[in-house]
Amino acid sequence: MSLGSSSNRVDAQAKVTGKARYTDDFTMLGMRFAKYVRSPIAHGKVKRIDISKAQTYPGVDAVFTYDDVPEFIFPTAGHAHSLDPNKLDVADRYLLTDHVRHQGDAVAIVVACNQLTAERAVELVEVDYEELPVMTTADQALAEGAYPLHPGGNVLKQQAIATGDLEQAFAESDFVLEGAYHTPIHQHCHMETVVSYAYMEKDDHIIIVSSTQIPHIVRRVVGISLGIPWSHVRVIKPYLGGGFGCKQDVLEEPMCAFLTMKLGGIPVKIELTREECFTASRTRHSFDIKGKIGVSRDGVIKAYALDVKSNTGGYASHGHSIAAAAANKIPYIYPRLVFGYKALTFYSNLPNAGAMRGYGAPQATFALESLVEEAAQKLGMDPVDFRLKNVAQLGDFNPVNKKEIKSCGITECLTRGREMFEWDKRRAACVEHKGPIRRGVGVACFSYGSNTYPACVEVSGARLVMNQDGTVNLQVSATEIGQGSDTVFAQMAADVLCIPDTWVRTISTQDTDISPFDPGAFASRQSYTVGPAILEAATLLKEKIVAHAALMSGQPARNLSIRDGKVVYGSRPDYVLYEMREVSMDAYYNQDQGQPFFAESSHKTRTNPPSFGCTFVEVEVDMPLCKVTIKDILNLHDSGRILNPQLAEGQVHGGMGMAIGGALFEEMLIDAKTGIVLNDNLLDYKFPTILDLPDLHCSFVETHEPQSAFGNKSLGEPPIISPGPALRNAIWMAAGVRIDELPITPKRLYEHLARAGLI
Amino acid sequence: MNMTPIQCTINGQAREFQVDPRTSLLELLRSQGLTSVKQACAVGECGACTVLIDGTPIDTCIYLAVWANGKTIRSAEGEVRDGVISSVQQAYVDTGAVQCGFCTPGLVMTTTALVEKYRGQQLCRDTIRRELAGNLCRCTGYEKVIDAVLASVDNKPGCNGQGGCGRCEDE
Amino acid sequence: MYDIEHYYKAHSVSDAVQRLSENPDARLIAGGTDVLVQLHHMSKKYRDLVDIHGLPELGGITQLDDGTIRIGSGSTFTQIIESPLVRQHIPSLALAVSNIAGPQIRNVATIGGNICNGANCADSAPISIVLGARMEIATLDGVRFTPLESFYTGPGKVALAHDEIAVAFHFNQADYLDIGASFYKYAMRGAMDISTINCAAACRLDEGRFTMLRLAYGVAAPTPIRAKAAEAAALGKPLNHETLGAIRDAVVQDVAPRTSWRASKEFRMQIIRTLAERVVAEAARNAGGTLA
Repeated sequence: MSLGSSSNRVDAQAKVTGKARYTDDFTMLGMRFAKYVRSPIAHGKVKRIDISKAQTYPGVDAVFTYDDVPEFIFPTAGHAHSLDPNKLDVADRYLLTDHVRHQGDAVAIVVACNQLTAERAVELVEVDYEELPVMTTADQALAEGAYPLHPGGNVLKQQAIATGDLEQAFAESDFVLEGAYHTPIHQHCHMETVVSYAYMEKDDHIIIVSSTQIPHIVRRVVGISLGIPWSHVRVIKPYLGGGFGCKQDVLEEPMCAFLTMKLGGIPVKIELTREECFTASRTRHSFDIKGKIGVSRDGVIKAYALDVKSNTGGYASHGHSIAAAAANKIPYIYPRLVFGYKALTFYSNLPNAGAMRGYGAPQATFALESLVEEAAQKLGMDPVDFRLKNVAQLGDFNPVNKKEIKSCGITECLTRGREMFEWDKRRAACVEHKGPIRRGVGVACFSYGSNTYPACVEVSGARLVMNQDGTVNLQVSATEIGQGSDTVFAQMAADVLCIPDTWVRTISTQDTDISPFDPGAFASRQSYTVGPAILEAATLLKEKIVAHAALMSGQPARNLSIRDGKVVYGSRPDYVLYEMREVSMDAYYNQDQGQPFFAESSHKTRTNPPSFGCTFVEVEVDMPLCKVTIKDILNLHDSGRILNPQLAEGQVHGGMGMAIGGALFEEMLIDAKTGIVLNDNLLDYKFPTILDLPDLHCSFVETHEPQSAFGNKSLGEPPIISPGPALRNAIWMAAGVRIDELPITPKRLYEHLARAGLI
Repeated sequence: MNMTPIQCTINGQAREFQVDPRTSLLELLRSQGLTSVKQACAVGECGACTVLIDGTPIDTCIYLAVWANGKTIRSAEGEVRDGVISSVQQAYVDTGAVQCGFCTPGLVMTTTALVEKYRGQQLCRDTIRRELAGNLCRCTGYEKVIDAVLASVDNKPGCNGQGGCGRCEDE
Repeated sequence: MYDIEHYYKAHSVSDAVQRLSENPDARLIAGGTDVLVQLHHMSKKYRDLVDIHGLPELGGITQLDDGTIRIGSGSTFTQIIESPLVRQHIPSLALAVSNIAGPQIRNVATIGGNICNGANCADSAPISIVLGARMEIATLDGVRFTPLESFYTGPGKVALAHDEIAVAFHFNQADYLDIGASFYKYAMRGAMDISTINCAAACRLDEGRFTMLRLAYGVAAPTPIRAKAAEAAALGKPLNHETLGAIRDAVVQDVAPRTSWRASKEFRMQIIRTLAERVVAEAARNAGGTLA
């Protein structure tokens, strides 16, 4: 069996040698390069624009402004389409604008023979702006008479949920605790920047090559943005150098398509610089959360309520769904209570926030697990004991969507973690550190979903073709973005077909003209939603192989089986009738019977089970230097069955690293008055270097999710959720200050320590 | 601008170029099809464009191509000998240190230099961290990258690579 | 492609000096790790370059007859870190510059560039100041020497004429013999970062008392500075917590940190004071002292 074992990544060899080609590694004869004229201010209207000098600059093909772009307003969020008009993504963008809503918003674009010429020509475009009031906060954007950033005003979306009588539940609680929490703007910092190019071979066919997580969605949105049939757009996604949700958005593809259309089909490339990625791609939504929790004296959570304000910046992108999504993902963890959730998402003059690993859950869980910690402390209970008393059990129901929990390993995550981490011993020892160097331990839990259903349709496809030599090509439109899905898909197919996984070649490049439909990589969905499609297609392929072997041998198909890539008797698996290649060759070339083996399937997933987990962490705080050092950190996960332990560990390590960065180092610093981004580069945006992360430990509590094709649940995003609050809780224990805003950088820790008179 | 002639060795092959002095080494190498040299920041902050120049890792994005005159350059492509990837590359494959792969060739080259520099010596995780501090990776949390480096060197018995054994060079 | 207008490869130091003297817009490029970053941002100040990268005259780390360690300004940080002479005689310099950026940058960036670009966060400056470094500067009229301590004249400004080139840094034996020195870089990350504060100390002890202390900071003022009040607080005093406390309290008079988006002055002051105590204590330990 391949599933469950640590097969090497199918793309590792190509990547270590540099042979794997990413979007920017392709070039074409006559390719042109486009550069934006971007707003230096965060809010304004263009009074005057003069492109004449740029137009005549040698090497410039064309300059376009907001006056030249199509009048089709389009959405950019990477969601599957909906037939329900109320569920469509918010359309609020044109390709260029004269109403700039954030620093870096684009008013014009230059196309030239090379990057340098384009850059120089951009500097020749003269733009005068009428400055408009810059709104960076909720108070400003939601104030009476605030300047409306979009026709509908500055409120993008509001919602409120209560799964019971909140007031009564709080009234019946012995203790009610409240807190206010702030999470920062993060940026994905995928190593490959945003890059796309487009060209045309026929008038009704635009070919776009792009670093995207969502090729089929890009196809649809490009069609909408240019007012052309979706089928006229072909999107190709090569190897991709990290996305983390930023590339779950339609980014530069519509502009590339527009430019090649305008320029007669010549190839035009747009590659954003690292600086542009910060100001003009997507970021993580900053949340301000007011929270309230009610507990009984014996340690039972009766209710909690979160009131979220989410800042989406100048455009909607995913803003309308991120705050809402958190309300679907977090209630599983403590299900036996009254759950309250209010969210308001607003426009502002910050860079546009979009999807990022965790999709609202890290922010909401930071508030929740801080509140839970307050409650445990108030009750004088061990934080692990308190959580054990309240976490989900098998057979519980999600209080919001009433779905039953059919696999649940969170209790074992906590008990195993407590033992592995030596929680009790360490916690007792921390108290001994009373000098300038202090110690603390912290814990936090999370729950998460395994796809987007029922918010969105969940559809996946798989196509299998057996080659003459018995190997199999596997096509999916679920995208490999680094997480290892191509490898796990190969393992799935190999397992069903009973062939070695090295015989399955997952076609890593998606091509919307060819690859079976699937919206792409997001919501930690792919193994869960593609699994059934592969299971069905591989089962069908196997039946065809066995049927043909039956034809060849004259044996009834029911007597035959496949074992280790050979056709054998079901009752005598050691007796080999045919090597796979013999059967395949016969199917291809027998003059009188059979046909080459292929099979395909498309599957709609209508279940969405939760995954669970928790983090244990110990920190050392150097009080005078205001420095936090992680001494040890352990993530435990119930992601159902683990399909490839090595890849799974890689996901957990990466998520933990990103979470630690987000909790201790990273925030986009934006001037509150001007809306200008101060740290738009990898030097000033402090994502952790190898020296900044400790050794990362993880453990899997394997459950079997009965609704899943292979027993698995989500894993890509979950590891990023719980380290943040666990760190906050550990720092509280160590330093004696409750810090309810992330990241807990030395300068923020300094402010709290100084205010508390501790330094 | 006047073209400047340079001679250098790239992955074992003697090469001659007429170089525009405005060109970065990154641009020159990529123009020769060396796709392992990745641009991710363009200002020497991430290490994705690392190659070895005379055995030393450098960021090619902030290195003028004309400076390569007389130098020996190695990139990840050249570490494959007779169709077999190097032991460092194999270690990255085997330990699961590769995810999106964009930083990988740079890490492979920095690791290659590190392995050659510390040949026959003990290596701690701390030393590895210091030597790889110029290569940013957003996918792995670096955990399996360190595993890959440890798997690339033949740590002698007695060294667990964790530090604290007292036998490592910098303890 | 960088936005360079004129590029001139200098054949020698005097050639470069000549070229600079003839062209007021010309700028030097050595390691390139600052200049090429500026050019990436389309800076117009660096479009006319005189390339001194790898000039043999600017390389080399040697010991002069009088014991002076002479470090060519074109030496890369890696060359300094790995130099047996540096490791033997001024190991604190090797320690300090090993905190700069990351390995790839240290393999190319030069000490001359780090000092001459005038940045007040230059990690090689405080340690070089406490080690009493003198700069050897090539001019049209020959060579002149200047103490590094007086080289910084204001924010981003150094005492170097347009047509002068820093050729080498001299570390006199009298300044490094029998001292204990130490350096600490306080930054947000363990590598690839700009100092929030950096601090270096060099001291001598006699029978447990400070007979000499030099303490210097970067980012604590508009330029790298000596902390002379703090130094005075130590002179003649025994190495103990009381003295370290006095140094920590006195340093406040020496510094003038400012608030920027990177950090507030209050936070920087907290770090300055803490480092005064810790870095001096470490230097004293390296001088053979035992903290009572």
